[in-house]
Amino acid sequence: MSATYGYKRTVVGAHYGWRDFLVQRITAVLIAAFTLLVLLQLLFTHGSIGYDTWAGIFAPQWMKALTFSVIVALIWHAWIGACSIWYDYGKPEGVRLLLQVLTAVWLISCGGWAIQVLWRL
Amino acid sequence: MTELTKKKRPEFRNINIFTDVRGYRLPLAALVSILHRVSGLLMLLLLPFIIWLFDKSLTSEISFAQFSAAYTTGLGFVPAWFVKLVTLALIWAYLHHLCAGFRHLWLDVDHGAITKEKGRSSAVVVFAISIVLTLALGAKLFGLY
Repeated sequence: MSATYGYKRTVVGAHYGWRDFLVQRITAVLIAAFTLLVLLQLLFTHGSIGYDTWAGIFAPQWMKALTFSVIVALIWHAWIGACSIWYDYGKPEGVRLLLQVLTAVWLISCGGWAIQVLWRL
Repeated sequence: MTELTKKKRPEFRNINIFTDVRGYRLPLAALVSILHRVSGLLMLLLLPFIIWLFDKSLTSEISFAQFSAAYTTGLGFVPAWFVKLVTLALIWAYLHHLCAGFRHLWLDVDHGAITKEKGRSSAVVVFAISIVLTLALGAKLFGLY
């Protein structure tokens, strides 16, 4: 039987967790960059921050599109993160499945709400 | 047999949270790691509150006033100080998760970072930045300056 570990490891066919690993990092960088973008806009505001300033940040179409992808990134990131906790402590499998279903419903509901708030602005 | 003369090492088969976990050594790097999970889970559970803040602060001038009122007069039967406390917990969770996340990315790209010493010193940096910023923002939130 040929070696399937080390540099000869089969890397196609199944995901081996690589996709989750990469998605977790890409979404994390996106969320961090978005946080910085919003913070910088708040810091460069002159005077007090009222409703106009705050809503003005999210008003341009490009910002809405960006916020939309950040919401999706956040939901995806939270999904992978929560599942990695359930993989460790969610025992037996039935409990883990229940936790995963609850997490999915929780996250999709929250994501829908956030996108609704964003898009009616 | 030398095996028999050796001191018997502790063996964990069925780990009990009350009796065994207390005896664990928890280095700073491990503390960063477990708090990374705790902070992530906290933000997951409080996600509806975060989106509520997003909703109220963004929808209209009237809802913005409701958003502000949560921090001055409270939210329903919940007093304002408790809303602030929950917000402070979220601020800490976000800052810790962010700093620990950057540390994670650094550990991913730099193999030189994975030593006992660097693991400890980078954990110290994570705690220093996240705790100082949390205290600074918390003082602002509670109106100390």
